[in-house]
Amino acid sequence: GVKDGRWTVLQLVEALGFCLENTDPRTRGRGIQLLSQVLLQCYSLLQEKEVLHLVLFYESRLQDHHLVIPSVLQGLRALSMCEVLSPGLAVSVLKAIFQEVHVQSLLQLDRHTVYSIITNFMSTREEELKGLGANFTFGFIQVMDGEKDPRNLLVAFQIVRDLIAKDYALGPFVEELFEVTSCYFPVDFTPPPNDPHGIQREDLILSLRAVLASTPQFAEFLLPLLIEKLDSELQSAKLDSLQTLTACCAIYGQKELQEFLPSLWSSLRREVFQTASEKIETECLAALHALSACLSRSVLSSDSEDLLDSFLSSILQDCRHHLCEPDMKLVWPSAKLLQAAAGASLRAFHRITCSVLPLLLEQYTKHTQSSQRRTILEMLLGFLELQQKWGHVEEDESTLLSLQAPVCSVVFSALMDPSVQLQLVGIKALTVLGSLQGFLSSSDLELVVDHLIHLALHEEDSQSSEAAMEAAGSMAPTYPKVFSGHMVPRLEEELQSEREDSYQNHHSLQQRCLQALAAVSTHTSIMRETVPVLLQHLQKVQKGTEARNAQDMVSVCQSLHRVALQCQQDAEGCWYFHQTVVPCLLAMAVQAAMQESTHTLPGKALLEEEVLTAMIPVISAATTHLSPELAAQSVSHVVPLFLDGEVSFLPQNSFPSSFQPFGDGECLEAQRRLVALLMAFVCSLPRDVAIPQQEWLLQELLALSCSCNCPFTATTAAKCFAGLVNKHPAGQQLDEILQLAVNRMEPSLAEGPRRAQALTLLLWVTKALMLRYHPLSSCLTDKLLGLLGDTELGPATADGFSLLMAESQDVLHKGCHADVRIMFRQRFFTDNVPKLVQGFHGADPDVKANYLKALSHVLNHLPKPVLVTELPTLLSLLLEALSCSDRVVQLSTLSCLHPLLLEAPQVMSLHVDTLVTKFLNLTSSPIMAVRIAALRCAHALTSLPTTVLLPYKGRVIRALAKPLDDKKRLVRKEAVAARGEWFLLGSPGR
Amino acid sequence: LIRSINDPEHPLTLEELNVVEQVRVKVNDAESTVSVEFTPTIPHCSMATLIGLSIKVKLLRSLPERFKLDVHITPGTHASEHAVNKQLADKERVAAALENTHLLEVVNQCLSARS
Repeated sequence: GVKDGRWTVLQLVEALGFCLENTDPRTRGRGIQLLSQVLLQCYSLLQEKEVLHLVLFYESRLQDHHLVIPSVLQGLRALSMCEVLSPGLAVSVLKAIFQEVHVQSLLQLDRHTVYSIITNFMSTREEELKGLGANFTFGFIQVMDGEKDPRNLLVAFQIVRDLIAKDYALGPFVEELFEVTSCYFPVDFTPPPNDPHGIQREDLILSLRAVLASTPQFAEFLLPLLIEKLDSELQSAKLDSLQTLTACCAIYGQKELQEFLPSLWSSLRREVFQTASEKIETECLAALHALSACLSRSVLSSDSEDLLDSFLSSILQDCRHHLCEPDMKLVWPSAKLLQAAAGASLRAFHRITCSVLPLLLEQYTKHTQSSQRRTILEMLLGFLELQQKWGHVEEDESTLLSLQAPVCSVVFSALMDPSVQLQLVGIKALTVLGSLQGFLSSSDLELVVDHLIHLALHEEDSQSSEAAMEAAGSMAPTYPKVFSGHMVPRLEEELQSEREDSYQNHHSLQQRCLQALAAVSTHTSIMRETVPVLLQHLQKVQKGTEARNAQDMVSVCQSLHRVALQCQQDAEGCWYFHQTVVPCLLAMAVQAAMQESTHTLPGKALLEEEVLTAMIPVISAATTHLSPELAAQSVSHVVPLFLDGEVSFLPQNSFPSSFQPFGDGECLEAQRRLVALLMAFVCSLPRDVAIPQQEWLLQELLALSCSCNCPFTATTAAKCFAGLVNKHPAGQQLDEILQLAVNRMEPSLAEGPRRAQALTLLLWVTKALMLRYHPLSSCLTDKLLGLLGDTELGPATADGFSLLMAESQDVLHKGCHADVRIMFRQRFFTDNVPKLVQGFHGADPDVKANYLKALSHVLNHLPKPVLVTELPTLLSLLLEALSCSDRVVQLSTLSCLHPLLLEAPQVMSLHVDTLVTKFLNLTSSPIMAVRIAALRCAHALTSLPTTVLLPYKGRVIRALAKPLDDKKRLVRKEAVAARGEWFLLGSPGR
Repeated sequence: LIRSINDPEHPLTLEELNVVEQVRVKVNDAESTVSVEFTPTIPHCSMATLIGLSIKVKLLRSLPERFKLDVHITPGTHASEHAVNKQLADKERVAAALENTHLLEVVNQCLSARS
């Protein structure tokens, strides 16, 4: 009634009058409870005057019997939420509560009510409460003193934090307030199991930490407490103290810390030197870092001593001598402490490095063992990396600059050391030095380059040589001139030198040169030097007659590919690369193909499949990141080349005959192979680049893919067609093209000599359409499913399913801008697997294997989580697949079952009998991979419930004795693992 | 194979404790014999028999049946060398030991744990 406004609260009070004044406290309690409930529901409707009366009434009730108090508090809570509460009332309510109620003797819920009253007042009547002065703080301290419930503590901590953050007067009660909160530190609370409130230990820790670290006023009490807890035995207490200390340092200044620095440092040092726990060590270092940062922050007054300085001095004093003993175990803790302190500020860094660096350099020369040198150099490296953090080296005060010469000589000596480990650290240090702008002089840089070249080319250990190349790559953008001026010519020279030493050596040297050239091309200006060198080398190899030509060309292409990947992000470099490399490769290929068609000459190696395949990624990588305008410019050259034989844009474009890859004629076989290069280019273009004469091109590709006898050419043409179809905008044109393709495929699929080619085309087109969810794809997939029953094409079709599901290397992936929808695999799975299963049951026995193979391909490429949820339905089919004689089917089925055994043992244990029999049979398969997989599955069987397995134990152990004597080591290894695990099944001590 | 067996008293493996070393293992595939010498950590190591038993069981389980096993203590490294060697060489006693549930439990603990 009150809610609708029909009754006023006053009327209610009058109506309840009897109850409210009853002498029996229980009846009184019920009356007040009713009133409070009403108020809680409609506190927003109350008038100012009504509130006044109610407040007075409730205040007087606070002195009442203890049974009544809970309801009274509820009522006050309702009133505390009123907006019309007149000034002064809040204060009087709180005073009354502080005076009359002994909060800690109440129940948890009622204590919570008190806290909410306080919170409500604090959020709405801040000014009034501040008028209370320190009395309010004192009152609150009394209220929360002795609180035990975590739910209430969270609220109480929040109140304390607000008290401090909103600047309430704490007066003389700072210590009391600290005491009343810090007694909970460190928090030791384990939430009861199935706790509905969901308060975690972590919540309490964090909120308490926020309180403790909220004001510098607590410092004098908190720091001794932290030190005491740090010295305790408890891991969690240590961790908590360290984290709190770190938090405190964010707001403390010199003044607060001064007194406690020595004991803090000694505790931290002890922890780092002695602890076995990595976590504590990390936290200690973080705390030290924070301390040092805090000290560096405070402004120096001229008369006081520099605390940072004295603090760091004590650290140095304690750690320095440990650095001189690289074999002892305190070396690293000391170095880490110093680095943590030095990392806090530039000032701290200077203070520490000017003492430590000369020491380290001196120690390096003193110790001669490479393992000791390595430790010292690693520490040095740590300090150098810190320098990197400050970026620039300041001219006047840097200690590092004054030590430039010795540092360089130390690093160089490390590079020349025979120990690979030391070399690696040296290379790392060199990289860091290189990134310090202005540290290395130009003569040093030349030395650096010499060292890197030597390491990259002549070091026997491949690890160092690779690291040297990486280092060169990462330093090159900083000093492009030095690298292009010194390193590239040297490498070029090496590459072209015809040495007389053994062929093997020479070959590996050339390989290294090629790799190094690619690695160093991380800057546009360097790339402009290296790319011509690489291309020149490619041409030279092509003209040569040596037997390993093809391989050499492949490695040049790999280097070019690496360069292309490195310059992809840089638009200018990418365009340069594209402009130089693509025409050159095309020209070489075209020329080779022409010669081929007239008479046989060297250069033929260029047209071999592996070389062309290696060129594809180069062209593709050079194309994918082109901007649309530039790509359009380029496409207007390349496409006419293939369609019209328009060779004018190629360098050295005087060819004996015309280039017509799509023309008819027996002698054009070689030219047709170059479709691979066309594919690499066209299929990598961004989707919004229009391809001139696309319809014509598509028709030619379609014709080629269906008519060509050479499988390589036909497949590439099909891939190219598919790549274009995938990006073709939807619409009538696309439908026409697809219709044309289907018309072309149907007859050749049905019969004739070119069924295989037609199948390849069908597979690729299906993939292209499936990726973009084109409606026609389901019709094409059905056709493929039908072909599985074909005796001739069935196996090839089944293998084709892996092509559909797998990520393709050169076309139709995200990298070359193909239209790939997410989850296409899952979609394909749900659409087609039922059909596969159905087809399997209806098929002739001799083609059943095809269905199983297709199914296992689909399953193999499915993400594991999906697999595990879907598989149980297919289990019986998979078990049948195990007895299929095709080894691909066996292998992929086993690999499907393996995760399932581990993750869904309940389902699998229903079939344990079949599984055991099948696995054991397969362990004697003639194919090693199958034996291994079967043994792994047998091993995984042990994760099923033991009771299910025990009946088979004897049998399995006897059967597994045979593969123990297998002639392959890997099989024996698996057998031992599996058999050992089976022995342990059900026996004691597991 | 035996390098990863756990020591009954330490949390380390036999290899880490240098109880078994590669030079002290001789395998003759043609004659199907395997001979392992192991070195107890101290001359009075009370666990020597147990370690030997663990090695023997592990090999029994992991090698094809055709192999004849010989596990014994490296000469001169244990106080009661002969007694232990005799125990390990005696097939009946090894079999009997494995009937003992408690012993089997300890052996299995040595063999499982890590892996």
